[in-house]
Amino acid sequence: MFLYALKRLIYVLPVAIGVSMVCFMLVHIAPGDPLISVLPPDASTELREQMRRAYGFDRPLPVQYLLWLMNVFQGNLGTSIATGRAVSEELSKAVGNTLMLSVMATLIGFVLGCLFGFVAGYFRDTWIDKLASFISVIGVSVPHYWLGMVLVIVFSVQLGWLPATGAGPGGSGAWVWDWEHVKFLILPAVTMSVIPMGIVSRTVRALVADILSQEFVQGLRAKGLLDTGVLRHIVKNAAPTALAVMGLQLGYLLGGSILIETVFSWPGTGFLLGQAIFQRDIPLLQGVILVLAMFFVFLNLAVDVMQSALDPRVQRS
Amino acid sequence: MQFKTLFAAGAALMVTTAISTAALAQEKVLRIGMTAADIPRTHGQPDQGFEGNRFTGIPMYDGLTNWDLSSADKASVVVPGLATEWAVNEADKTKWTFKLRPGVKFQDGSPFNADAVVWNVEKVLKKEAAHFAADQVGVTVSRMPTLREAKKIDDLTVELITSEPDSFLPINLTNLFMASPTHWAAKLAAVPATVTDPAERAKQAWLAFAGDPSGTGPFKGVKLTPRERFEMTANKAYWDPKRVPKVDRVVLLPLPDANARTAALLSGQVDWIEAPAPDALPQIKARNFVMYANPQPHVWPWQLSFAEGSPWLDKRVRQAANLCINREELKTLLNGLMGVPKGTVSPDHPWWGNPSFDIKYDPAAAKKMMTEAGFSAAKPVKVKVQTSASGSGQMQPIPMNEFVQQSLKECFFDVELDVIEWNTLFTNWRKGAKDESARGAHAINVTYATMDPFFAMVRFTSTKAFPPTSNNWGYFGNAEFDGLIATARTTFDPAARDKALAALHKRIVEEAPFVWVAHDVGPRAMSAKVKGVVQPKSWFIDIAPMSVD
Repeated sequence: MFLYALKRLIYVLPVAIGVSMVCFMLVHIAPGDPLISVLPPDASTELREQMRRAYGFDRPLPVQYLLWLMNVFQGNLGTSIATGRAVSEELSKAVGNTLMLSVMATLIGFVLGCLFGFVAGYFRDTWIDKLASFISVIGVSVPHYWLGMVLVIVFSVQLGWLPATGAGPGGSGAWVWDWEHVKFLILPAVTMSVIPMGIVSRTVRALVADILSQEFVQGLRAKGLLDTGVLRHIVKNAAPTALAVMGLQLGYLLGGSILIETVFSWPGTGFLLGQAIFQRDIPLLQGVILVLAMFFVFLNLAVDVMQSALDPRVQRS
Repeated sequence: MQFKTLFAAGAALMVTTAISTAALAQEKVLRIGMTAADIPRTHGQPDQGFEGNRFTGIPMYDGLTNWDLSSADKASVVVPGLATEWAVNEADKTKWTFKLRPGVKFQDGSPFNADAVVWNVEKVLKKEAAHFAADQVGVTVSRMPTLREAKKIDDLTVELITSEPDSFLPINLTNLFMASPTHWAAKLAAVPATVTDPAERAKQAWLAFAGDPSGTGPFKGVKLTPRERFEMTANKAYWDPKRVPKVDRVVLLPLPDANARTAALLSGQVDWIEAPAPDALPQIKARNFVMYANPQPHVWPWQLSFAEGSPWLDKRVRQAANLCINREELKTLLNGLMGVPKGTVSPDHPWWGNPSFDIKYDPAAAKKMMTEAGFSAAKPVKVKVQTSASGSGQMQPIPMNEFVQQSLKECFFDVELDVIEWNTLFTNWRKGAKDESARGAHAINVTYATMDPFFAMVRFTSTKAFPPTSNNWGYFGNAEFDGLIATARTTFDPAARDKALAALHKRIVEEAPFVWVAHDVGPRAMSAKVKGVVQPKSWFIDIAPMSVD
């Protein structure tokens, strides 16, 4: 197990360098001026050149990339052009906020998804299956952005029960786990949970239906095992795949949703990424993408390790 | 006895709680939802365009000159700020003397004087200065391009030196906000000794200053949560009694999405939002929120190309396009949220100049001009326009451009819209119509501010402003316009300078290097409990006289 984890860990390095290189090239290929946030369009040519030199954009691209990479290896992700703040500082706050939101959304999505999926699979081809499947299909199909706005209109504007935007009455820096703060989390978390709920539900339904049709289930029943005992076996067999799917979904959610975080003004990684793109804030953009890519890589690693722990056949394959 | 003690303690606690709750309840707080995605920089030279100056510049700082924001009817003009008077040196017109306002103190208690002015000029112009801030240079220097140096004459007199005679300097100086040198020095002293690089120490001092700023303005910044909120409290010791704040605290929230801003207002999370979602206006009004709008010094144009082969080289075509747009109808389409332009500035502005060409809706005259120019319904003129789907000041670019496209079709124009991303469009603006980035466009749709003469007119009509030097994207200009600009720039009596600028504006409108489509009106929606609101004809608004019931 240890060797397996170590081997997977070594694979992370080339993936990280590859991702950073592709990301670096893409942000430089895109048209637009990285100094747009600190230079108005009428700035003189001399001033523009002066600023390009000050930020190192006058150097050849490979040199810029290698300098950035060297700094990253030393734990320095650079400084945001737009704000002058350290990228690592910006990111750590945003990651914390997105983590809070995505874990909450994952919990909602996983619990409801498993519930609907299991029920649908167990009662396959009945009206219960149809209803649960309908809900999960809606979950996968409904546009996030639209659902978020509808929830805001209903629960904030019309009913006035929950706040429409923000991450707490005093901002995320003053977050406390009490009702006054948690209520800011509810609408974005519910909006964010809908897609994973749908995906997990569809996956679990298919798994449960498949497992139920296998001979060992008939064998278990033939041995006189009660329904609860059979269910335990079904859950155990379905868990590795459901976990893998949920892990990937958590990875997506940790990346933050530009749309959801913008609709709810939630100061997470998606919101930060959106701002970095629109402002052409290259150091911030590179930092965010690198960290998000690392999320995926490490999450996959964690899921693989957990899967192999649950099902040793995964390790052997 | 024990019970009595407990009872007394409980009663005391209840009274204390009641008093503090009452005190909190009495605090007048104004919460504002901005369109910016982040808090504009708070160290004295805001970014995020003029929204930055509006919310973290003017409330916390003063310039040597300020904008008069006290009237909703008159054009907003420059008035004395931290300088009480100024004059150019008659013998050498690159030198100006500014007399400073006595008795003004920064919010940290240190005095405002000539040393502070020199220090603030050096923060963006003197690279060798310990407090030089490279990241403040871009947003400041381009707005006062000729200022070179400041010299102290005595405690309340400074001399400012420009690279060439420039009568626009007093207007430009509204963009140089005075930050406290003493407060900055305290922040520098607090930087850990382990940081030895002077530039890094200065950078860290500025970051600390941004979190705890000190200017001379009516509000004092007290709490910054990057990308989320910024709080300012009233500076009751402000030097101008008319602008001593009536609210205790202002909270700024960046809410870049129009729907999110509108929902925040409607759900009572904020008291004021900038640019509400246009579709929500009926609902906003129905819920008794108050809408404010007033034409701003802003132009939503098509800037025309004068490059070889451009159809706009023919003046009749340029004027015909200006006559073929039913702007009142466009205004209705935008729920009334636009001003109808008569030129770059409005007829009540000192720079108006009474041009002979009247911009109005007259399709018959437009068609006649187009026929004379050799075009017809069967043989329309093809024009390509580069625009964006969104962007700062762009209002609603797609429906507005489509409206103009449809309108011009009536007058034998076949318009092709080339929609590109905002940042790219903005970058292309500097490259010019002859550059590959224009992709053969004959016009570009980038909106602009007209607060000062350089931004309003000079950069679009001077041959010295051809790309890549400045924003004369279309290469419009000739000796006549260069002469008019030179006259305006070297006329130092304010009234005579305005007259010279009016002569320039008159000729610009007559030559029509733009299709003037709209002025933005800076729509904002506020709770009815916000009183004392004056929305001036400006990009800015003064929060200080406002109160919250």
